[in-house]
Amino acid sequence: MHIPDGYLGPQTYVPLYGVSIGFWAIAQSKLKKQLSLKHVPYLAMAAAFSFLIQMFNIPIPGGTTGHVVGAGIIAILLGPWTAVLAVSVVLIIQAIVFGDGGITAVGANCFNMAVVMPFVSYGVFKLIIGKSEAGARLAVSAFLSGYLGLLVAALFTAIELGIQPLIATGVDGRPLYAPYPLSVAIPAMAIEYLFAFGVVEGLVTMLLLKYFLKHERDLVYALSGPSKNR
Amino acid sequence: MTKFHKKLWIGLLVMALLTPLGILLPQRFNAEGAWGEWGIDKLEKLLGFVPEGLKKLTDVWKAPIPNYNFGGEGASKTLQVVSYIASGFLGIGVCVSIVFIISRFIAKHGK
Repeated sequence: MHIPDGYLGPQTYVPLYGVSIGFWAIAQSKLKKQLSLKHVPYLAMAAAFSFLIQMFNIPIPGGTTGHVVGAGIIAILLGPWTAVLAVSVVLIIQAIVFGDGGITAVGANCFNMAVVMPFVSYGVFKLIIGKSEAGARLAVSAFLSGYLGLLVAALFTAIELGIQPLIATGVDGRPLYAPYPLSVAIPAMAIEYLFAFGVVEGLVTMLLLKYFLKHERDLVYALSGPSKNR
Repeated sequence: MTKFHKKLWIGLLVMALLTPLGILLPQRFNAEGAWGEWGIDKLEKLLGFVPEGLKKLTDVWKAPIPNYNFGGEGASKTLQVVSYIASGFLGIGVCVSIVFIISRFIAKHGK
């Protein structure tokens, strides 16, 4: 889901840089109020976790590969704004050091995986879990949180790629950047995330949440009351 | 460091050691890269041409360790595996350092 350099034209990547910078500014001021020193090691571990889990490319036999991002479980455990920061750090390092995702596309990739994904995941989790914390409901909430978070992030990626032929063509009428239209990009990405990578993201989110509830219940941001200042 | 923290850090180190699965399994199952992330050569094969704007932007940045691989394209499988694990550890190191630097400026003290 890491858009490389050249796949997005400036009409797309410049505004998305703007949007991501806006979210980073808000995240920074929110965390200034929320983030206590006690949570810094968790923030560091969250970034390292997201970096590592993304290295596990999952094959669709004879097809493509994809991976889990981890933004959903980070949002549930540490809050969506912390997830914005942790996953953005990861994506910027991946682009600069490892060429995974383009430099021009950092804004777009951060928007998709470090903004859209944690907020969708967090919203889905809070919506489904409601006030109950019973086992089955918890498992379903966590699974769908990861599943839908990744799916919507993939959908945004597909839209950004798919609009390129509409907004930028050369004098010969050929596309200048990502070549495939929405009618190709959306189904191609949706299918693999609906049936493969999204499912794995859901399972990872569910299993890790269970682990943390068992061992460090107080940490879980999404299950702590709003009155609890953290 | 609490006992729980220690457990989590060990978990992350174990993950780093297991990362080569992320290149070996796709090779085993004949899976290619992600959709929409093709290199120039692959794109030319798919389309019969390389979009002009894409060609101009594609090499705008030379990453020091492209594809988490120290050996370049012709690297042996062993070198790929070793590079991948090393990249995993490097990734942990860089992520943790940057988070600690950022946190110095934004984290609240005394809580």
